[in-house]
Amino acid sequence: MIKPKIQQYRQPCTISEYPVGPSFQAGHLVTTNSNYRSSKPIIDITLCVGCLACYVACPDGAIVRDGKKVRMDYDFCKGCGICASECKVKAIAMKKETQGENE
Amino acid sequence: MGDEYSIKIRDLTDDEFFFGHKGCGGCGGSLAVRLALKVLGPRTFAVLPAGCMSAVGFIFPQMAFAVNAMISTFPGTASMLSGIAAGAKALGLKEYQVVGFAGDGGTADIGLQALSGAIDRNDPIMYICYDNEAYMNTGIQKSGLTPYGARTTTTPAGQTGAGSRTTKKNMFEIVAAHKIPYAATASVGHVPDLLRKINKAKSVQGTSYIHVLAPCPTGWEYEPSATLEIARNAVASGMWYLAEYENDGFSLNHDPGEFFPLRDYLSAQGRFKHVNSDAIKKIQWERDRQWNKIRRDWKR
Amino acid sequence: MSKKLFLSGNEATAWGAKLSRPHVIAAYPITPQTVVVEKLAEMVSTGSLNAEYLHVESEHSALSAMMGASAIGARTFTATSSQGLVYMAECLHYASGGRFPIVMMNANRSLALPWSIYGDQRDSLSLLDCGWMQVYAEDAQESLDLVIQAYRIAEDVRVLTPVMINLDGFVLTHTYELVMIPDQEDVDAFLPPYANPNIMDLDHPRNLGFSSTPRDNMEFKYQQHMAVLCAKDIIGDVDAAFGERFGRHYGGLVSNYRTDDADCVLITLGSVAGTVRAVVDEMRKDGKAVGLCRLRYVRPFPEAEVAALSATGRTLGVLEKDISFGYEGTVYTNVNSALLKAGHASPVLNFIGGLGGRSITREDIRSIFENLLDAERQRAIDSVRFVNLGVATHGR
Repeated sequence: MIKPKIQQYRQPCTISEYPVGPSFQAGHLVTTNSNYRSSKPIIDITLCVGCLACYVACPDGAIVRDGKKVRMDYDFCKGCGICASECKVKAIAMKKETQGENE
Repeated sequence: MGDEYSIKIRDLTDDEFFFGHKGCGGCGGSLAVRLALKVLGPRTFAVLPAGCMSAVGFIFPQMAFAVNAMISTFPGTASMLSGIAAGAKALGLKEYQVVGFAGDGGTADIGLQALSGAIDRNDPIMYICYDNEAYMNTGIQKSGLTPYGARTTTTPAGQTGAGSRTTKKNMFEIVAAHKIPYAATASVGHVPDLLRKINKAKSVQGTSYIHVLAPCPTGWEYEPSATLEIARNAVASGMWYLAEYENDGFSLNHDPGEFFPLRDYLSAQGRFKHVNSDAIKKIQWERDRQWNKIRRDWKR
Repeated sequence: MSKKLFLSGNEATAWGAKLSRPHVIAAYPITPQTVVVEKLAEMVSTGSLNAEYLHVESEHSALSAMMGASAIGARTFTATSSQGLVYMAECLHYASGGRFPIVMMNANRSLALPWSIYGDQRDSLSLLDCGWMQVYAEDAQESLDLVIQAYRIAEDVRVLTPVMINLDGFVLTHTYELVMIPDQEDVDAFLPPYANPNIMDLDHPRNLGFSSTPRDNMEFKYQQHMAVLCAKDIIGDVDAAFGERFGRHYGGLVSNYRTDDADCVLITLGSVAGTVRAVVDEMRKDGKAVGLCRLRYVRPFPEAEVAALSATGRTLGVLEKDISFGYEGTVYTNVNSALLKAGHASPVLNFIGGLGGRSITREDIRSIFENLLDAERQRAIDSVRFVNLGVATHGR
């Protein structure tokens, strides 16, 4: 599957370790986005009907198809709550996280 | 309304071509880019000018685009796209898409000249405007697509100001006046419609333009979870319409019938908190005038 | 069989572009460049040039489009002048920082205000810091040859920097001379295809034009600076290789004439060098030991070549068609710095001429040389002098 991935990245120590000008491989990530969150979507998978409304509505692509249903990618979920809002069967609830919990 | 361009959500690729970006939680613009690229696929050259999506997607070494993507100058989205299309043709490349994602400022204001030129040349490019109705990346300043009455940092509201004094430029009609092969309006709250339009634009010989209403929780001042609901209410209240332009004619994709109350649409967003009855009357009058024309003249 | 044609500087430039086989050309007209884009349009329409030709709606769009094309592996060419050059100024920095090896001709023309369509060098010289290499042609033959050389220099992977080829507006763009047209096969052998490893590629997607934080930005700029410095040697190599294949070479970064034993040397750039050369010969007949150094490249700056002009008791002058208001001519600033660093002690004078198309005549140049020969004695006088000003200035 094509998807930007977290890569090992070492800060260059010499000029030759830098790319030539602003040109770099596509889809190269170094940090996750979980630290955006103050609350976390929890899915009750027994209620999920696999309609994919949450999957398609996530601005971050942090909901991944899992067989007929879905699961959350908490590394990249920002806790915006759109998924909970869009779920027609109320299978997703936003649960407050305390600091350190989402790391 | 389905046709041969409609895409079932479960048929969408699992590939993510815009992922890992640093956009605000609940960002409508990033959803538009994510979904459009799922339709366009991996053999895509994307251009983004200065604006939210480029600012959050290309901070070295965090590259959130899995497709070929490049930041253009602020005025130069469409001209850079034209260059890519010309280069691709000269090099004999096959099976590729050339798409630009620009905000409202980068489209209707500083980017308008280059866009007009590209459409005039009928360059084979797709231009997608994600409209969050202000210069959001620089901190919520008024653009040519900021609606009447909206508070921005350069159109303050409250004691002395009453928000923006001008209405949105009608980019859809401006683009149509060029006799572009295909143009459409869309919204992130109407996903099947958006997917269908991107898919249809893919097959256009020449220039296509899609204008996507993309609510911004930070700038419009609402809870991030409501982005799609706000977009749906924009359409339901007649403040935004879903339509297409092709073969010299406009067609309306959806008539909301009795409008969702304007007051409710506006009051859900902090940027309209100060709007008084006179302003609402004016907004309503403009809306009704536009819809009278649409209902009278446009195909269904 | 190479042929000779009677061409203007503009037409010769168009021929140079055609022979270099650009994939994409962007065209926006501006006097006195128009003949370049017209000639190229004619070549494309007759099929003698196989290129995509974009009628862009502004100069900013012209360069923006060229960057897009270059970013996916196309060789690109465009041309402009004065107002157009500064309108695309944002894109100039963008292209050099983006490391796109674009070649662009600039017809040197006076910048408004006041409006003028006539030639001077304020347009390009005011943009010396934008990261482009800048070269100044003396005649139509060199203009044609420079386009071909420029692609080989710009596209060298150690350089990957765009090149601006400057022709004096009207006096070079619109005057005619016999020009040797190289054979296409020879140019093809001389110019390898454009092969940039950093471009967007459908099989190996890349992200270009990104932003970098204070942690990395300075390194990118240092890298860019090193690339332009590195170009100095490559410029000389390419010129020599060109000479071997086509029988014409220009001396690399500078072109010196009778400087070795000169008591004074006038440094200048562009087409006026032809007039200076004629005056040098006349004055030499009169026993005056004068010489000419024509700067071809101003970026990268030929620091070593200028420093090498320094000699005990030798006075030097810089004749240029620009002024940095409130100070001195920009070429003079660059030259003077190199000379002072080399320990040069004799006077170096700055002559500002030709602004807004004012002619620089043989008499003017003779008078400049007289000034220089007398300069040791006149040490108290201003180092910045306007040539052939129509009004008196404070009794000078």
